[in-house]
Amino acid sequence: MEMNEMKALLTESDIAEGRAINLLKETCQPIPDPDKWLEEKLSRNVLVTTVDAVLDWGRRSSVWPVNFGLACCAFEMIAMANARFDLARFGMEVMRPSPRQADLMMVAGTVTWKMAPALRRIYDQMAEPKWVIAMGVCAISGGTFRESYSVVPGVNYIVPVDVYVPGCPPRPEGLLYGIMMLHKKICRESIQRALAGRMEEWKQKVSRLPSLRGKEE
Amino acid sequence: MTVTLKGEEVAKKIAHSFPMAIITANQTAIIVTPDSLYQVARFLKATPEFDFDYLTNLTAVDYLDYFEVVYHLTSLKHNHSLVLKTRCYDREKPSVPSVVSLWQGADLQEREVYDLMGITFSGHPNLKRLFLWEGFPGHPLRRDYL
Repeated sequence: MEMNEMKALLTESDIAEGRAINLLKETCQPIPDPDKWLEEKLSRNVLVTTVDAVLDWGRRSSVWPVNFGLACCAFEMIAMANARFDLARFGMEVMRPSPRQADLMMVAGTVTWKMAPALRRIYDQMAEPKWVIAMGVCAISGGTFRESYSVVPGVNYIVPVDVYVPGCPPRPEGLLYGIMMLHKKICRESIQRALAGRMEEWKQKVSRLPSLRGKEE
Repeated sequence: MTVTLKGEEVAKKIAHSFPMAIITANQTAIIVTPDSLYQVARFLKATPEFDFDYLTNLTAVDYLDYFEVVYHLTSLKHNHSLVLKTRCYDREKPSVPSVVSLWQGADLQEREVYDLMGITFSGHPNLKRLFLWEGFPGHPLRRDYL
């Protein structure tokens, strides 16, 4: 085939494509990695993420529960903490005897009115952020003892509850499932919302101050 | 095994010391008047033959006509036990002498009975409510509570 014949076969788009490819080949440079300026050792170990994800991951992975076994449910809680069900898998095997060092209160058992002030006090002493799991029907609603003269009909009369784990008592697997639900809940928390809350608080404080504009007039 | 002393036999042995005290005695228990309860209890504790040095249990029962306060006594030395009872017919202000000075273990149990049944124990060093809080209306284990 002659050269001229071959050229006649080419369309305009073929020529344009060829030009574009040649241009690209001549002009383009390798795009540097964003961590190129880092040493090799460091660049292999750095991961970029959001503040929320890190905070939530940290909080979720080491929720320290305060010891709060009130009745028979406590034994299921103890079983869950021990090697067979192994709470340590979630980084929360340290049951704190002090509320100052705890993030989670698992109310395991019947809450009596005599116990209620102590429960409230321990909740108040826990540092923010804090969560509560109501374990078993007694803690959820008073259970069998709901009509009794001495039993609180649900621990949400005393403190806000995040997760309810039903059962009488719940199996350790049930409680573990409740804890995983709590982890999901913690994952969805955002520092922005916390800041927004602070902002509202701050605005309210400011609105209570005397107006400067009034003085000017 | 702890030998359970028969109420009638013990009643015969203490009848000459307390002729007016014993209301009745049967296979299981001796029932005495509230006024003589403390003296009988002290006698049962101090007499070497009985030597009831340990109060196992103290409770009360509401029979609507009267309250019955029940004392389960045990001797650790002789390894025998006895049930001593007393009755109060006054529903408004039932009162029984306290035995805390004989057995320290009666302290909390008498407070429990006072809390839930409303029976006062005269001579008790610290007769306050135990399980319920101050200001709770009534005594919930009475059969006419609700």
